[in-house]
Amino acid sequence: MTALITSLPTEFKVAQVDYSAIAPMLIVTAGALVGVLVEAFAPRRLRYAAQVGVALVALVAAFVVLVTVSVDAQGLTLERAVVIDGPALFLQGTVLLMSVLGVLTMAERFGGESPDAFTPMGAAVPGSPQEASAMRAGLMSSEVFPLTLFAVVGMMLFPAAGDLLTMFVALEVLSLPLYLLSGLARRRRLLSQEASLKYFLLGAFSSAFFLFGAALMYGYSGSIYLGDISKAITSASGELDGLLIPGVVFLLVGLLFKVGAVPFHSWTPDVYQGAPTPVTGFMAACTKVAAFGAILRLVYVGLEANRWDWRAGVIAVAALTMVIGSVLSVTQTDVKRLLAYSSIAHAGFILVAVLAFDKLGVAGTMFYLVAYGFATIAAFGIVSMVRQGGSEASHLSQWAGLGRNHPVVAAVFAFLLLAFAGIPLTSGFTAKYAAFSPAIAFGGRAGVSLVVIGVLCSVITAFVYVRLIVLMYFTEPAGGEVVAEMPSPMTTVALSIGTLVTLGLGIFPAQVLSLAESSSVFLR
Amino acid sequence: MTSLSTLAAAEGSAAAAATGITSAAWLLVALPLLGAAVLLLGGRATDKWGPLFATAMSWAAFVVGFLVWISMIGRPADGRAMHLTLFEWIPAGSFNLQAGMLVDQLSVAFVLLVTFVGSLIHVYSIGYMEHDPDKRRFFAYLNLFVASMLLLVLADSYLLLYVGWEGVGLASYLLIGFWNHNPAYATAANKAFVVNRVGDFGLSVAIMIMFVTFGTVTFAGVSQAAGGASEATLTAIGLMLLLGACGKSAQFPLQSWLGDAMAGPTPVSALIHAATMVTAGVYLVVRSGFIFNAAPDAQLVVVIVGAITLLFGAIVGCAKDDIKKALAASTMSQIGYMMLAAGLGPVGAAFAIFHLITHGFFKAGMFLGAGSVMHGMNDQVDMRRFGALSGAMKITWVTFGLGWLAILGVPPFSGFWSKDKIIEAAFVGEGWRPWVFGLTAMIGAGITAFYMSRLFFMTFHGKKRWTDDVHPHESPLVMTVPMMVLAVGSALLGLVLSIGGTFTHWLEPVVGSHGEESPVLAVPVITVLTLLLVAGGIGLAWMRYWRDEVPVVAPTGSLATQAARRDLYQDDVNEGVFMRPGIHLTRSLVFADNRGVDGAVGGMAAMVGGTSSRLRRVQNGFARSYALTMLAGVVAIFALVWVIQ
Repeated sequence: MTALITSLPTEFKVAQVDYSAIAPMLIVTAGALVGVLVEAFAPRRLRYAAQVGVALVALVAAFVVLVTVSVDAQGLTLERAVVIDGPALFLQGTVLLMSVLGVLTMAERFGGESPDAFTPMGAAVPGSPQEASAMRAGLMSSEVFPLTLFAVVGMMLFPAAGDLLTMFVALEVLSLPLYLLSGLARRRRLLSQEASLKYFLLGAFSSAFFLFGAALMYGYSGSIYLGDISKAITSASGELDGLLIPGVVFLLVGLLFKVGAVPFHSWTPDVYQGAPTPVTGFMAACTKVAAFGAILRLVYVGLEANRWDWRAGVIAVAALTMVIGSVLSVTQTDVKRLLAYSSIAHAGFILVAVLAFDKLGVAGTMFYLVAYGFATIAAFGIVSMVRQGGSEASHLSQWAGLGRNHPVVAAVFAFLLLAFAGIPLTSGFTAKYAAFSPAIAFGGRAGVSLVVIGVLCSVITAFVYVRLIVLMYFTEPAGGEVVAEMPSPMTTVALSIGTLVTLGLGIFPAQVLSLAESSSVFLR
Repeated sequence: MTSLSTLAAAEGSAAAAATGITSAAWLLVALPLLGAAVLLLGGRATDKWGPLFATAMSWAAFVVGFLVWISMIGRPADGRAMHLTLFEWIPAGSFNLQAGMLVDQLSVAFVLLVTFVGSLIHVYSIGYMEHDPDKRRFFAYLNLFVASMLLLVLADSYLLLYVGWEGVGLASYLLIGFWNHNPAYATAANKAFVVNRVGDFGLSVAIMIMFVTFGTVTFAGVSQAAGGASEATLTAIGLMLLLGACGKSAQFPLQSWLGDAMAGPTPVSALIHAATMVTAGVYLVVRSGFIFNAAPDAQLVVVIVGAITLLFGAIVGCAKDDIKKALAASTMSQIGYMMLAAGLGPVGAAFAIFHLITHGFFKAGMFLGAGSVMHGMNDQVDMRRFGALSGAMKITWVTFGLGWLAILGVPPFSGFWSKDKIIEAAFVGEGWRPWVFGLTAMIGAGITAFYMSRLFFMTFHGKKRWTDDVHPHESPLVMTVPMMVLAVGSALLGLVLSIGGTFTHWLEPVVGSHGEESPVLAVPVITVLTLLLVAGGIGLAWMRYWRDEVPVVAPTGSLATQAARRDLYQDDVNEGVFMRPGIHLTRSLVFADNRGVDGAVGGMAAMVGGTSSRLRRVQNGFARSYALTMLAGVVAIFALVWVIQ
């Protein structure tokens, strides 16, 4: 005990903070705090407008500051706890842009008083008189917006974390609001609450893995900083080597859980289905960006030195993720579950790029995340529009013949599905190309095998998507009035941006690709 | 001579960057394309003013072309060719292709022909299509055609040319099938499309060979690299280009579509299937002179194809009673002349283009005349039901007559100056060739005189053989004025352009010059013999179709006549050789596909589906089993990592 105390630094050093580097994160945090105050003090009738306004202003301002100020302030700051470098900036910018679209879709009211996807009172027992009276009183869960902002802060910090503890904090900051958001669906409340609870339990389980892994790594290297860990691995002393591999595996498990890689994927379909649809879109797009950012940093900065020891495990995970994700999507009957399995398969495709262990692999991963994220938010936005009898028509049979009554909605959805399938002239094609080509060039035999598996799985998923398109256009409607609600201008903007980006990246990918390539070098 | 011409071509390729009005040459394509876009996207809203707008766009393109030409005249001969870079088209690593325009003497000649004749035909169509409910679509396609044709002739690379090439093919397809509610017309459009596809395949293979051997597909690049290529390669490229040319220009053996293409409205037949598009093959061969001049074998094949086609078309033309099909056969035959001349190399290339230009005028004029006749005769096309129309339709008779004299090659009308030169050029050379090709061309001229006079006399002279319900009348001015303008061209253009060899000198920097080589027969002898044959043809036609009674129903005729009526059995040959075996092949492939491929695919799909259903059960909804799955996964990964280690 005494020894421990004496080993503490004798004088407390004030951490150097480069405020321009972390300004975007601070702005979003401030926005979230303002949101909490609004929730507490603003009159009810102003709350919706104020919350949406604060959230959008904070996100846009953060993005503007990011591209104008922070890009010039790259470096390690906060005593190496936060690293603002090319990948961090690229992924933070991506998260910010996608969360703007996410907030726009969450704010959709479909002509009502409150955000349509969210319950008026999250604490009420489903179906209780309390809930009914909350509905009558016109209450709303406008706290979803500050919650979203908190999640965004975590997502921005996650890929910029320079040490394992910061990474863990970021993981929790982004996860806790998401657990809450998942449980706030207006319809099918029980399913939503179940999803929330499952997500929380399994998320806690995986966080424990991550934390245990961090402890082991500290035991092995004597440091929690990724750069130091890398040095310790290179100069392997040999004494505590037994801690290294378990530490690596546990850390990776914690992160692979977040991206929904097999066999840590089981939560994905249930949560994607139960969560309010706009939240699902936000979560699917942004969480993937943040978590893959953290994986990239952990793997490329911290663990690359002994990658030959643990690579086989991740290769197996990638292969399994692609196969399970695409095979299971074949038998899905619910649109949201189908998209969940599709997201699992995509996680596998992205892992293929990560495993290239090259600058181009980083660029391919980041490009894929952009392409997938925008298409996903738009796709879930459309899912939330298609209704039967007031609730979402999420069963596939209800989508039959949608193209006849709602040609535009069906056409946009079909286009997004083609993007997921990776058809040329959509972002999905260029993204798959960007992800697979470095794997072939630098991944060795394992990389080539993974790409072969990836292409075969793409065929399977293409079948699934095309079947859905056929269903929308060439099948007689099953009966019952299925309508696509007229979206507000905000959702329309979000859907248009998502679709246009999907198209644009398919035709003119060069700009974003070269941006991703030029920002693919990690600082240590 | 070969070296001379390649040198000339290389010089032509070193075109200066475009300046002045020439840098606006992109407008030539953009204006009609805009017209087509406005009319097609604007929909019914443009019904009222659409046709006029399209016509204005076409004339605007002519004005631009005219200004470009004027500025070109102002420059010395070696500085006339200019190059205009449009945009970076295909930046693909080591292969970098820019979309650019080559504005030289050859392309400007085409630009003027296409825009001028095209604009006249736009005007004519305003009258001809007046009562068609869909005329907006018609004008949109016409504009699309003009834009594509200009792109074709202005392209600076084979690939961009190919874009225009397909564009005119599309416009041609759309316009042949314009009245596609008639199944026969729709079939004709499909036939033209399919036959052209065979030719386009040749062109694309040629471009691929160029890309593989030279690494470039621009005219300038290929003409430079062609000097160092083996003759076998060049021959292969040349033959493939010729295949493309045969498809587009309805040359033997891909000639079968042209007759059926007359299903389209008559202005279309005049513009696309007589004056401009069908001559694109000749353009291609002349433009690729640097390849053909270095590949004598390919050149010989070009000449042979031309010779066969000119006789083929002429013979078919003698037996047709449908006025448009007779004209189509004559087009085929005349393009055969051009092809023959183009295959002769620098000796004939300039004359090929010369004849192409004059032919563009007189054939378009005659087609418009035929349209005018149909207009007055309730859209009848059977010449056996015409006769003595010279009185009822005076303007049509005179303008058609001038075209007739021109195509016959009667001095001093246009055709004489161009066709006679081709016949002379065909007599140049050594050994058997000048005799065979020269005599073929000369005999062809005689047959041309016969069948064109037959057409002219059956339509405008002799006795009335009208059906009871027709009341022939002259067409409105909007139709006859373009006919008159074209008739002036038919009469005078050849003379004007050949004074002092103006036109051939004009083209020399592009097609190459040739030395003073004299034909194996003296020039006056050739001319006199040709004129005698022509006179004989006219006389024979006069006896049989003006002096004698023409039966209203075609007599059975000799075996030769029957064969010619059936286009010398070309369709039967195509059906027997290609279609039937093709159908059998398709059927067997479909069978194999159903049983073999589909079986395999279906089996795989069933397997994936089955696996999926079984795996689904693992997703049971219990958080505890999910956690267990995770734990099992962690253990498995540990096991794997340790085993590998």
